[in-house]
Parts: sequence; structure tokens; C-alpha cells
Amino acid sequence: MAKTVVLRKKKRTFKSWLNEESTAGYIFSLPFIIGFLMFMVVPMGLSLYYSFCKYDIQNAPTWVGLDNYIKIFTNDKTFSKALGVTCYFALVGTPLKVIFALIVALILNHESRAVGFYRAVYYLPSIIGGSVAVAILWRRLFESNGTLNAILSKVFPGMAGFNWFGEGPAIWVLIILTVWQFGSSMLIFLSALKQIPRELYEAADVDGAVPFQQFWKVTLPLLTPTIFFNLVQQTINSFLAFTQSKLITNGAPRNSTLFYTVYQYNKAFPNQGKSQMGYASALAWIMLVIVTVVTALLFKSRSKWVYDG
Amino acid sequence: MAGRKPWKEVVYHVLVTLGGFIMVYPLLWMVLSSFKPTDMVLPTSSQLIPTQWTVANYVQGWKGFMGYTFATFFLNSFFISLVATFGTLISSSLVAYALQRLEFKLKGLLFVLVLSTMMLPAQILMIPQFMWYRHLNWVGTYYPMILPYFFAIQGFFVYLIMNFIGGIPKDLDEAAKIDGCSYYGIFARVILPLIVPAMVTSAIFSFIWRWDDYLSALLYVNKASMRPISLALQLFNDPSSGSDIGSILAMSTLSIVPATVIFLIFQKSLVEGIASTGIKG
Repeated sequence: MAKTVVLRKKKRTFKSWLNEESTAGYIFSLPFIIGFLMFMVVPMGLSLYYSFCKYDIQNAPTWVGLDNYIKIFTNDKTFSKALGVTCYFALVGTPLKVIFALIVALILNHESRAVGFYRAVYYLPSIIGGSVAVAILWRRLFESNGTLNAILSKVFPGMAGFNWFGEGPAIWVLIILTVWQFGSSMLIFLSALKQIPRELYEAADVDGAVPFQQFWKVTLPLLTPTIFFNLVQQTINSFLAFTQSKLITNGAPRNSTLFYTVYQYNKAFPNQGKSQMGYASALAWIMLVIVTVVTALLFKSRSKWVYDG
Repeated sequence: MAGRKPWKEVVYHVLVTLGGFIMVYPLLWMVLSSFKPTDMVLPTSSQLIPTQWTVANYVQGWKGFMGYTFATFFLNSFFISLVATFGTLISSSLVAYALQRLEFKLKGLLFVLVLSTMMLPAQILMIPQFMWYRHLNWVGTYYPMILPYFFAIQGFFVYLIMNFIGGIPKDLDEAAKIDGCSYYGIFARVILPLIVPAMVTSAIFSFIWRWDDYLSALLYVNKASMRPISLALQLFNDPSSGSDIGSILAMSTLSIVPATVIFLIFQKSLVEGIASTGIKG
């Protein structure tokens, strides 16, 4: 008799423990806690260790201290080239993309039944833009005997046979590809535009503000938080572009489109020669620091120009 | 807008349609060119509509290469994308519920970590994860492309679902609690049925991203029979595979059909999903 009472009591305590809010909180969060440790912390920790090693995958890693880092910063011209290309791509491509998204969103912020259809059409390239199919297509479009030249040469005969994949324009082939995918930023702008209270425009109307003034004094300040969000998101994305640059140009010609991520991949999985996993790990860590610093700088600039009314 | 002059409306629609046409022109070109005879694709590349229609490219392309037809590659992609998406939905909704509704000590920290995963995308993790999966003997299997997604590693989805749960009145939770519902019961009976729209949005994004994932396939798939469509298409496009431009365009077109169809069907919930993560961000 006494025994069953104890048992029942024990059972109840476990059950009530299970039903405490904080226990439930941890149990529900468990997938993320495990996942974060298993698929983020452990790999990053492991690669931090390897970044201080010489490691070719075949043979056991040997500790070399800071050698990889020293070599990267003092004796690796391809590293600085790749970093330069990536920064150029991010600094030119991202603002262009965000500006484009904003302009199209302003145009589509219009009362008409057709707008839903337009929105879908302008967004479609973004939804499939990351696919291998689009990479293949892009290569074909910009080929010297490709579609773009065929069309352009009808208006500008000089463009026939223009080499888009030459050292100057090649990076622009990739920039145009990323700008073409302004869709998700555009959607975010559109919904932000819908949130701006109508009364503000009515008040501006009463004060005699012309549409251009309304845009500068009402719309733009109220959109700054959204512009900020899009800038941060797209900057990070462009620092990390991989598939399209790997497939469309693979760094050619003469590394003028060599993205940092592609360089890192090529060090770890070279077409010929030995894999340099330790070196690639160091590159990954440097990239992580760069992305963190850039994001921090963007957040620091926030108070200077973002309007939080 | 009411009171706008009709001719202004017409100009507006003409210009916006023209812009839209330029936007989708590359895609139209790919789709329509895939129906041209393969030796006509390049000579008529500035012409959009085929003079002579044919499905020969599809018949030829579907045969695939190295003994595998595109049926294999499509099935592989469907399998990986569906299972990974299933894992993403389950795990992300559990975590989102905890972070949005429950109070516990490490909640704040966990939320920051969830957000930080959005800044730690696959490209930074590719080398570290590759080495770790190699230790686990996962290279050459589908595990790296499926298992991690059962652990809510994509902060985007947790955040998206969190925002959605935030919009559900807390009174519903309280009422269920008074009726004797546990937190697990509240999640299963109250929250889960109400977050279906957020789950649909997440499912679409997750499916399309998994479908397009080329990097993981490149790193982890080494058997021809296990290739998903992304990797297969890239190899098919390689000059060494001996395929012609017609079949390449035909298979490229087929590869974007699932994403395009899903997009067209669920356009509205996709748009709302993006908007809702954006506003609060």
C-alpha cells in the first residue's frame, strides 16, 4: 500500500517536472541545441584546430602554428585578389540590387488588379535564380555568339562577337545576374510601403508637397529600416555567393571573377595536386571574421541614417 | 488610383509589362529554345518563338548519361528535398514555439544563436562541415543533405514561424492550459493547426532551396546513381558528356518546372512569408 503511494508520487513529480514551463522550453528547443552543437560548433571548432595544421586529408594533420595565416596575409596574391573581387562584387552589386528593388517596388505600389501578376513576374527570376539551370542559361546568353550579342548587334553592330567573359566585363556578367534577382528585397519593400499610414501623405498634400518631396520627406525616411534590413541581408549573401560564380566563370579569366568561396573550395578540392584542408580552414575562419566585422559595421552605421520613429 | 487619367494608366501598364517581359526574357528564351531543333538554337538565338516546334530534345535529353536517365536524378532530388523539408518543418516549429511562447533561462541566448545561423550559411561552413562529416563517415551518403535539417539549423525558418506564432492570441494558450492541457498538448492541439500557413511558406522555400542545392551534392555525392538534378545537370552541361545544346536546354527547363509550379500555385503565401520576416527584421 505504502509502496504504491510512493510510486505514484514519484511518477507525478516526473510528470509535473516535465510539465514545468522551463523544462518544456528546453525540450522544445532541444533540436536546435543539438543541431547547433553538432553542425555548427563542432565543425567550426574542428576547422579552427585544422587551420593551425598542415592537412592534406590523406595523411594525419601536422601542427604548424600560425603558418597558414601568415602565409595567407603575407605571401598569397590569389587571396588578396579573391578578397578584392568579392568586395567589389558586394559593394557594387548589393547597392544596385537594393536600389533596383526599391524602384520596382515604388512602381508596383499601385492600385490595380494586375499588380499581383506583375509582382509574380518580377519575382520569378529570384525564385529559380540559384539553380544550376540558370547558371547554364546565363553562360549561354552571354557567350560571344549568344543571344545577348545577337540582339544587341542589331542595334549596335559593334557588339557582334563581344567577349563578355573577358577580364573587364566578366564580373559584370555575375553582377547583372545578382541584380536580376532583386525579387525578395522588392517584396519586403512593397509590404513596408503598404504600412506607411495614408494620413502622412494626405497631410503632406495639404502642406502642398509635390510627389517628389513626399518621396524624400515621407517615404524614404520611413523606409530606412527596411533598406537597412535588405542591405545587411544582401551584403552577406553576396559575400558568400558560390554556385553561380563557380559554374559560370569559375574565376576565369586570370582570377578576375575568383570569388572568395570559390578560392576556398579550390584550395580544399583542387583539380590537381594535394588538398590543402588546413589552409582552406584558415580561409574559412578569416571569412567568418570578415562577415562578422562587416555586419557589425553595418549595424554601427544604423543609428546614423536609419529612422526609428 | 481613383481620379488618375486613363491614358496615364495605359502608359503605366504598357511600361510595367515591358519591364516584366525583359525580366523573364532569359527564362522564356530557355523554355522556347528547348523546343527548337537543336541545330537551330544558336543560328536563331535572337528569335524567341521557334519556327519549327519539336520535342526531340526532351526525348534525347531524358536518356541522360553514363547509364542513368533523368528519371533517376529527378527522383533523387524529390527524395532529398521532401525529407529535408519535412525535417525542417518539424524541428523549426518546435523551436519556434519554445522561443516565442515559453519562458526559460537560456531563451535569450538561444534566440541570438538562432539568428546567428542566418549569418553562418553553408558557404562558410562548407570546409568545416566537410571535414566533420568525413569523420562521421557521411561522405558519399545523403546524410549531410538530410539529417542536419531535422535539427532546426536554418534560423530563417525558426524566425519565420516565430513571427507567425507571435500573431496568435495568447488567450488560446491560456484557455487550453486551464482546460488541463500541457505545453506539449498546447503545441500539438492549439499552435500546430494554426501555423499551417507559415508551414506552407516554409515548406515552399525549403523545398526550392534543397532542390537547387548544388554545393552539398558537389561535396558529398560521388555515385552516379545518387546524383540529384543540380549536380547531374551541371555534369550534363559539361562538354565531356557529349550532350547537345537542345537537350541541355530541355533538361534545364524541366529542372525548374517544380519550383516554378510551386511558386505559381502558392505565390500568395510566399509573398506574405517574405514580407513578414522582413518587416520585423
